[in-house]
Amino acid sequence: MIALLIRDLRLAVRAGGGFGLGLAFFLIVVTLVPFGVGPQGDILARIAPGILWLGALLACLLSLDRIFALDFEDGSLDLLATAPMPLEGVVAMKAFAHWLTTGLPLVIAAPVFGILLHLPASAQSWLVISLLLGTPALSVLGTFGAALTVGLKRGGLLLSLLVLPFYVPTLIFGAELIRRGAQGMATEIPLLMLAGITAATVALIPFASAAAIRVNLR
Amino acid sequence: MAMLSVSNLAVSRGGLPVLENLSFALDAGQALVLRGPNGIGKTTLLRTLAGLQPALAGTVSMPAESMAYAAHSDGLKSTLTVSENLKFWASVYATQDIEPALERMNLRGLANRAAMSLSAGQKRRLGLARLLVTGRPVWVLDEPTVSLDTASVALFAQAVRGHLATGGAALLATHIDLGLEEAKVLDLAPFKALPPEEGGMMGAFDEAFL
Repeated sequence: MIALLIRDLRLAVRAGGGFGLGLAFFLIVVTLVPFGVGPQGDILARIAPGILWLGALLACLLSLDRIFALDFEDGSLDLLATAPMPLEGVVAMKAFAHWLTTGLPLVIAAPVFGILLHLPASAQSWLVISLLLGTPALSVLGTFGAALTVGLKRGGLLLSLLVLPFYVPTLIFGAELIRRGAQGMATEIPLLMLAGITAATVALIPFASAAAIRVNLR
Repeated sequence: MAMLSVSNLAVSRGGLPVLENLSFALDAGQALVLRGPNGIGKTTLLRTLAGLQPALAGTVSMPAESMAYAAHSDGLKSTLTVSENLKFWASVYATQDIEPALERMNLRGLANRAAMSLSAGQKRRLGLARLLVTGRPVWVLDEPTVSLDTASVALFAQAVRGHLATGGAALLATHIDLGLEEAKVLDLAPFKALPPEEGGMMGAFDEAFL
């Protein structure tokens, strides 16, 4: 399974792999917001947690349909399904590879983007923590959506419609964590909720994704 | 001991049964060539044997972890090199050495080329080299010789023969002559399933919606 992870990471950084695409998209969203909202620092600081989380969520969505579609088209998904590897492990590894190529770069670059939106210095660490805790859930849930739509032509839009509602809890608690952190309020509850959502999705969703792929490969 | 035995198998495609009452067995050292017109269900049968879709009826038995399946498409990653592609499958199947496979499929000179720069026939040879690195005894091959030239077909027949000689078995669906005189031929036409309105078996009802 490590071989699969290495293969996916290698594919992501080769030509057309889309590594950095999410990060660039995130950067553009964050730069566009002040143009739309105006340069007042206090307004930007107030909406920054929400904008940052929305940007992360959309950036993550960008690359979701590639998770299985490319493997489906070139036939490797059939071969992976018949390989001596549990399909649950395959989807978990693919979600992990997706997180490493889209979620993790966002987490690392987030403080820079926070500054662009006048996020107070006290909230920077909470921004990193909330993205670090929340983005794995985005990748895992997205993998489930990708598994559901795998055989469909142009399933990308349907995938977004299916997946975005599942992102709501992560979005709420992720943004709430930064907001409370910025205002110096108690952060335990959103922190625990966010961690709980991620832990539950990482533990359970790969089984659902694998079942969806089995149905779609028939 | 049969390496693959199939009894009274019925398979369906898109909710409609295509083949029924199919029985055959494959022993070590044997090759079986499946023949039949387009649409008879060769691919469906092979996908069912590979476990990608459930059988409608009947049983398939073989030792655990004994099958390697090769589909119409080769499952190659175009931005990876030939040896990276093979090494990936070698580690998935927990076999390490890709050199003999490169040698036997005449790919050594291409080992460091990206798969996207290969010709269709070279890609096919790489797909077949993948079978060699799986180390599995039962090969299930769907149209293995598409886009191969005569020399490569001979190379492939030689690889199959070598596999059979070491106690393997192969099940091939193909339209062309592989030059494998020793292989048995199974014509699938007599096993064509009757449509349900003529008293044939009903497919699983929900299949048509999947």
